[in-house]
Amino acid sequence: MARLTHALHGVRGILNLHPAFVSVLIDFDPRLRTHREIEELVWQRMEAAEERASAPARLVEIPVAYGGENGPDLEDVARHADLSPEEVVTLHSGAEYEVSFVGFSTCFPYLSGLPAKLATPRLTAPRKHVAAGSIAIGGAQAGVYPLASPGGWRLIGRTSAKLFDPHSEPPALLKMGDRVRFVRAPEGKL
Amino acid sequence: MNQLRVLSPGMLTTIQDLGRFGWAHQGVSASGAADPLALRAGNLLVGNAENAAGMEMTLIGAEIAFEHDAVIALTGSDFGAGLPLWQPVAMRAGQTLHCRATESGARCYLCVRGGIAASKIMGSASVHVMTGVGGRPLQKGDVLAIGSEAVRRPRSAARFPEPWQPRFTLRATEGPQADSFAGQLFEAEYTVSEESNRMGLRLRGPTMPSPSGQMITEGVALGAVQVPPDGQPIILFVEHQTTGGYPKPANVISADFWKLGQLRPRDQVRFESVTIERALELLRGQEEWLYSL
Repeated sequence: MARLTHALHGVRGILNLHPAFVSVLIDFDPRLRTHREIEELVWQRMEAAEERASAPARLVEIPVAYGGENGPDLEDVARHADLSPEEVVTLHSGAEYEVSFVGFSTCFPYLSGLPAKLATPRLTAPRKHVAAGSIAIGGAQAGVYPLASPGGWRLIGRTSAKLFDPHSEPPALLKMGDRVRFVRAPEGKL
Repeated sequence: MNQLRVLSPGMLTTIQDLGRFGWAHQGVSASGAADPLALRAGNLLVGNAENAAGMEMTLIGAEIAFEHDAVIALTGSDFGAGLPLWQPVAMRAGQTLHCRATESGARCYLCVRGGIAASKIMGSASVHVMTGVGGRPLQKGDVLAIGSEAVRRPRSAARFPEPWQPRFTLRATEGPQADSFAGQLFEAEYTVSEESNRMGLRLRGPTMPSPSGQMITEGVALGAVQVPPDGQPIILFVEHQTTGGYPKPANVISADFWKLGQLRPRDQVRFESVTIERALELLRGQEEWLYSL
């Protein structure tokens, strides 16, 4: 999906690309392109993209203050996994993740690679307020809330890293295909 | 520089152009004018490029003091300003525009010849209200500079075609999960809920069985009708999430996007099923009208 999204960037008439786990939604201007033209273009670009070697993924480290008020659900996640909170932190910060795609809301990275033991169902009633930078688990996915928003994922920590800054170029810290590691912040401080 | 001053912002008044495109892969939806047809027409009438930034007013309009002469157009719904809609109007320095509560649909647009000179974030002046990207809604005392981006002479009055008037029938093509629904969407009448906003128009009506929980999260488009487990449809609007996991029986057609921007809480709507070919025909007709201005 990353490769196709990349290969379609900047094509005239394409307004937006919405990559997800196994699909890419292509939003195009029907005044400039027909469905058939876009379909043909997708096949062409896919072939061309497969021939090109993809750039090696970069590794982004995200500092995390785990538990306490930064991660109000750490204890629940530990209980669900039948582990101690300390073991959850060790597993979570020991894994390497990949950004499957960025979607849902502004710069929210869907991360694959969560250790299976840490998979925890979402809250039945979403929180009205999740703090910006919250490190979260939703089912088998890991993620980070870039902005304060409502949300139903389990919160185990918080980062001071800015995942979204509209004034920087690019505005997003993470992009599809990036590798990610969570690094425990010294003394658990933000 | 020529400017105007916000004496009262009304209920929710924001700066909008046609939206911030090209960022959906980073989770940022386009935002932009909720009734893009009204903004484009307003801009063309005052001689701007159609994407110039204008002011979008919601349900209760703003009071705006003009500190210099200006040519404006009000389009969309009638907010009782006592000025003709859909035509260029000359405002004199010292004059005030008093918009009131809507007398028809949800939104009225104020376009100013030269455009509103708002700073662009990520390529657009549009305010994304839910995330704050592009700024915040206007407040009392805000001073806005008028740009010098006019590209041609102001036009004469436009007549908004009568047959387009009823905003209560939304034409829609099949959505990606249409097969999982038995067409109930097209049989019922729905009421627009008070909880609607620029992210989504929430509808209330007969509960529709929804096969949610059986699909993988995928990209979602403006105008998509999604049905969460409670069986009450939501139409994804200009500030929608970029991906979602609820099934979508239908998608409102581009030619009817303007209606979404004019629906008010408690309006009754119905859906009418059309083919993609018909949807494209309707869009072409609308574009012809627009470019005849």
